[in-house]
Amino acid sequence: MTGTLQLWIIIIGLGLGSFLIRFLFLGFVGDRPLPPWLLRHLRYTAVAILPALVAPLVVWPAGNDGVPHPSYMIAAAAAFLLGYFTKNVALAVAGGALSLYVLLTVF
Amino acid sequence: MPFSTPKSAFWAGFRDALPFIVVAGPFAILFGVLATEAGLNVFETLAFSVVVIAGAAQFAALQLMEENAPTIIILASALAVNLRMAMYSASITPHLGAVPFWWRALAAYFLVDQAYALSIAKYEDEPELPLNQKLAYFFGTVAPVCPLWYVFTLVGAVIGKQIPTSWNIEFIMPLAFLAMIGPLLRTPAHMAAAATGLTVSLLAAGLPYNLGLLLGGCAGMVAGARTEVFMEGRAK
Repeated sequence: MTGTLQLWIIIIGLGLGSFLIRFLFLGFVGDRPLPPWLLRHLRYTAVAILPALVAPLVVWPAGNDGVPHPSYMIAAAAAFLLGYFTKNVALAVAGGALSLYVLLTVF
Repeated sequence: MPFSTPKSAFWAGFRDALPFIVVAGPFAILFGVLATEAGLNVFETLAFSVVVIAGAAQFAALQLMEENAPTIIILASALAVNLRMAMYSASITPHLGAVPFWWRALAAYFLVDQAYALSIAKYEDEPELPLNQKLAYFFGTVAPVCPLWYVFTLVGAVIGKQIPTSWNIEFIMPLAFLAMIGPLLRTPAHMAAAATGLTVSLLAAGLPYNLGLLLGGCAGMVAGARTEVFMEGRAK
């Protein structure tokens, strides 16, 4: 396991780095107008990065030691479809969690 | 419709973020539990959450620390997980870029996934909102989530090893993001961006340092922008 000095280097380095990443545009660019091509790309950041973040976690779930398992994929589909059709995030999370619980209990 | 005051904008953000308590709470507890299991003491665990305030990156760092990876690899990998936040920063700048410097610095510290997702959806829905209400809405979404992140990290650290892994509470995180994606898919361009991001991140999942995530995000972004240009061309 990591030593105390290394741990604090990681905590502080990660904290500073994360802040600078978040501050990059908001702090240094301010309210100067951004070019249209950049804005056109930024419009799709969230909708591109969230599926990219989620997909590997669903296909190789940590709860199943990273081995693909249909229950996780079905629960993920349930959460996505509930969110898409109801626009209710809490309901979608609850539905997904409940279906995962049921699926893992049954299978 | 604009809110009557910044105060009502703040509370609207607060209400919209409440469902995330269900998500961030267990996730923070899990981080606390895993961090103490990895050998961190309660103070170090809490400091981790307060200083870094980024769930996925914290878990990534923890994982690599347990594998005794070199410090530089741990930092690079965990920061790679957080690089998506540069995109958050850029995409929220047209909306919040005009607020005073120290407010921007404070907003940058609190620019977490949930606050970004809720705020950008609100701003795109109601671009006519005045600046002070946009800022108030942002901090409204932060208010229930971030303090909870600290407190429940502490709770998790104190609970220690009490939570059995068979509960699968870590899967609540992906479920939450999946639930957030649905409402974002408003146009064919959004769908193209999401489908491309998903496909590329899976194909590139074998790449080290979370590069698959960044590659998927960038590919999806370009796919969305190209689709938008294509659809505009057809509409003319």
